[in-house]
Amino acid sequence: MRSPRAEAFLPVVGVVGLVAIWSLVTWRQWVDPVLLPSPMAMFDSLWRGMEGTLGFDFLKTVYRTAASTLIAAVIAIPLGIVLGSSERLYRSLEFVIDFFRSTPASAMFPLFLVLFGVGDETKIAVAAFGAILVILFNVAYGVMNARKTRLLAAKVMGASRWRVLFDVMLLESLPQTFVGLRNGVSLALVIIVVAEMFIGSQDGLGHSVFEAQQLFDMPRMYAAIFAAGALGYGLNLLFLLIERRFVHWSGK
Amino acid sequence: MVQTPEAAPPTPAGEATKPPHVTIRGLSKRFDKTVIYDNFDLDIPRGELISVFGPNGCGKSTLINMIAGLVPPDAGQILFGGRRLAAINFGYVFQNYREALFPWMRAFDNIAYPLKLKNVPPAERRTRAEKLVEHLGIKLDLGLYPYQMSGGQQQLVSILRALVVEPEILFLDEPFSALDYEMTLFMREQLQRIFLETGTTTILVSHDLEEAVFLADRVLLLSRHPARVAAFTPVTAARPRTDATLSEPDFVRTKAECLAIFQREVRRP
Repeated sequence: MRSPRAEAFLPVVGVVGLVAIWSLVTWRQWVDPVLLPSPMAMFDSLWRGMEGTLGFDFLKTVYRTAASTLIAAVIAIPLGIVLGSSERLYRSLEFVIDFFRSTPASAMFPLFLVLFGVGDETKIAVAAFGAILVILFNVAYGVMNARKTRLLAAKVMGASRWRVLFDVMLLESLPQTFVGLRNGVSLALVIIVVAEMFIGSQDGLGHSVFEAQQLFDMPRMYAAIFAAGALGYGLNLLFLLIERRFVHWSGK
Repeated sequence: MVQTPEAAPPTPAGEATKPPHVTIRGLSKRFDKTVIYDNFDLDIPRGELISVFGPNGCGKSTLINMIAGLVPPDAGQILFGGRRLAAINFGYVFQNYREALFPWMRAFDNIAYPLKLKNVPPAERRTRAEKLVEHLGIKLDLGLYPYQMSGGQQQLVSILRALVVEPEILFLDEPFSALDYEMTLFMREQLQRIFLETGTTTILVSHDLEEAVFLADRVLLLSRHPARVAAFTPVTAARPRTDATLSEPDFVRTKAECLAIFQREVRRP
């Protein structure tokens, strides 16, 4: 029975299993239907919501996450390359980077509220702050761990310092840079959703989840949670596909 | 000035008339407290393939790395027909081909890359790399990425990359020691063919005595550190050498001679 065709269906098993158990639980009413609506009710709410408010909230969250990740990447990648190409410089800043990387970005909300007010800027800025440190750290390590032989090979062929940096170090660090980008976008999404729940937001998936819960509209709350999950998974997958396309040598 | 160790064989006829390619004078190098080279002198003849062989850690690789400018010597002078390293074209092949090639470039672009560093226009890079591959009669799909190739093919690409600048010297640091035996035999044959085609002065570090003798015009046997020239033994077997060469009495005798010198050096207190 171990045909390759059957193997391809393995990932579906978990999904089908989960939906089956969920259906069973709601059908037999083992859990209060107010707390856990049936999968059908959830998907129905998701379907209708995506054409209306939920769809709008979804796009808002996509926009904020994308903006913060983009800002983070634009700042962190060049900085990471600079830090990584000088091990002494990195070592001297390592503690500061590690400290802020370990600080929960959500603890920075009040500070950023003071700095940027209650608009979109605050949410995007806090998420970018979190993502910057993750990306920076990975890029710097990618550059520092560039294969010594490869750098030596370029040097022995007569490459200048700049050439080595652009032709070798930069490309060498790409696989690790993508690790940073994937972690960065995941973190940015987490921060954005939390920010949408609690800092004076009128839209976004976080707001949607929170509002549905306040209104006790459980199918809509589950639908918004599902949409957030799908977004997180989709973003990760998107970066994986980009990586596979442009960093084809990664892990080989 | 040329060091003449007690075990050195008589110099081959005709050597005196041929000026050396590489002259090494007063070379010294230490790592921490270990003296690897102390006032080391050597002449390397032009157009020959030299194998460097010696005990572990005696500084075989350090020697070619100093000649190729990868490791700075503490003292001494290395000249190439009277010129400094910066004035000549040379090629270097690393043992670890996996880490020496650029995985983001196709094999062809890897080979042509040194020409890019020398500001050769793209069209000319192409023709020169193509010409080299064609001239050497090497059958490889150069559209592949290194990680799609076997180890031997990758090392062959490394060698082509080193040759594309038409170097006057080719350095190889244990180039086949990461390959399996079958591939090693194939690569020896390829290297010999390349050497016969180009006649480039070649310095090969080897940890395999049979390989060192099989490929070489001369085997440079080093002592334990501080390294001296224990012997600079000529190998007279005719080229192209084949599997049959390995069992010819002359070849067997030279190999035994080298082994005897090697063992004497290893046991020396």
